[in-house]
Amino acid sequence: MHPIHVETAKDIQNVNRRTSVTPMAIAHVGRKRLPFVGSYLPIVVLVIWQAVCSLQLVIPAILPSPLEIAVAFWQLTRSGVLISDLKISLIRVVFGFLLGAGLGLVTGAFAGLYKRFEDVVDPSVQMLRTVPHLAITPLFILWLGLGEWSKDVLIATGAFFPMYMNTFMGIRSVDAKLFEVARVLQFNRVQQFTKLMLPAALPNVLLGLRLAIGVSWLGLVVAEMLGSSSGVGYLILNAQQFSQTDVVFVGLIIFALIGKLSDSFVRLLERRLLRWRDNYIG
Amino acid sequence: MSAIEELVIRDLSKTFISSQGALSVLRDIDMQIPQGEFVTVIGPSGCGKSTLLKIIAGLDAQHEGDVTLDGEPVRASGVDKGFIFQEHRLFPWLTVEENIAANLSLKHREVRDKVDKMIHLVHMDGFAKTYPRQLSGGMAQRVAIARAFIRDPKVLLMDEPFGALDAFTRAHMQEVLLDVWLQNQTTVILVTHDIDEAVVLAQRVVVMSAKPGTIRTIVPIDLPYPRKRSSTAFLELRREVLNQLEAHMMEAHAVISAPLNDEGGQ
Repeated sequence: MHPIHVETAKDIQNVNRRTSVTPMAIAHVGRKRLPFVGSYLPIVVLVIWQAVCSLQLVIPAILPSPLEIAVAFWQLTRSGVLISDLKISLIRVVFGFLLGAGLGLVTGAFAGLYKRFEDVVDPSVQMLRTVPHLAITPLFILWLGLGEWSKDVLIATGAFFPMYMNTFMGIRSVDAKLFEVARVLQFNRVQQFTKLMLPAALPNVLLGLRLAIGVSWLGLVVAEMLGSSSGVGYLILNAQQFSQTDVVFVGLIIFALIGKLSDSFVRLLERRLLRWRDNYIG
Repeated sequence: MSAIEELVIRDLSKTFISSQGALSVLRDIDMQIPQGEFVTVIGPSGCGKSTLLKIIAGLDAQHEGDVTLDGEPVRASGVDKGFIFQEHRLFPWLTVEENIAANLSLKHREVRDKVDKMIHLVHMDGFAKTYPRQLSGGMAQRVAIARAFIRDPKVLLMDEPFGALDAFTRAHMQEVLLDVWLQNQTTVILVTHDIDEAVVLAQRVVVMSAKPGTIRTIVPIDLPYPRKRSSTAFLELRREVLNQLEAHMMEAHAVISAPLNDEGGQ
């Protein structure tokens, strides 16, 4: 049973308004949260790394020190190489992602909403899904050449499946009991979608979004390493050929930063859109 | 009160066909409920009382016989037949006021005013912007009541709405419900398995028997509101309802020497 009673409800609501937390989270107020606790582990790793390099325990061609990487980062930024490669990579990934995730969202929604559409489309989608999409790369290059389209399509193919799967599952997870309520309240088709299906499917859709973004980056790197003369993936591959290990690391850091950034963005969306959820937060 | 403003149930029967054969859930139900009356339905599990509610609500069209509301046959569910389930069934992603409004727009002045009035009536002042997860079971069920009443239903159907609540909360909810009912004069049909609840709320208690579900008797409760549960008159009527239920149990045992706890009516 819920611990809230009419007398105390006001207090609890005030607590909630101030901190916007669930009753479950109230238990966490007592536990102190350290600031930037997520950054402790990388800092420790960096310090040890720098120490190992400064003591010359490894040769720089194998493992450059963090400071050397920082210098390489700065030089690449100043010369404009990094910016232009990053820009081209971003355009590719955003375009490919929008294409694939958009199609995945629409197809998944239709398959979820209409059983007949599911019967026709889903078996094929499930079959194609089991083919590792990176294995199709040679085919895309043969068909579409080494230009932008083969890269965009590769990224889109990767982003499509997680979005399709999760949108479909989200719509199918709508509580049948709430449908009964929608019938009694005489929701029309549009209201049924906007007030019931969409919000109920949203947690899954956002999960699909996160997964799709991750797969998009994967597709980008493969596309740029297999046939390209620009982009961050190409930067890494090129540096490898000239044994510029520090530049390889610069490319990796770029991927890590942008990956984290885009993930944080979706999590922010989740916090905004899923405020109503009451889940265990650990 | 004009003659046709009422709910009429005539020769209502319902049979479930399963692989084990036909199971008669409801047989020959006849009832006339004038507009504004509060009726409670009580009976052992499997007597088809929930099924009866769903048929009146238009959520179950597979039956014989007629149900008419104000002379119009009931064909589909709709807001004129409000329904309150055992669970509150609020939309978890909508706040209290959004749940009450549901598919009505809070931007309309008229809706806004009605929602505010309803929130006050069910004692939820200050909770308009709260999400269901932050509410207790009783509070959430009060919101569900508000959501049904704001649509001015001709009849409100309640399927064991307070069954999951503790005794104190339940008594409070009954008061709130009577309050709202007295102000709106809506017809209410409430299914319950709680004899006290049946007698304290209703103008008429319909006692049903199971296998097949039929109306055993109807006990009129001519007591003014609010009722005192300890008064002699109340206890007298309570005993009468209980006697009817017990007599049915004895008969059922005599016919089939099996325990009466199947869930056939669900």
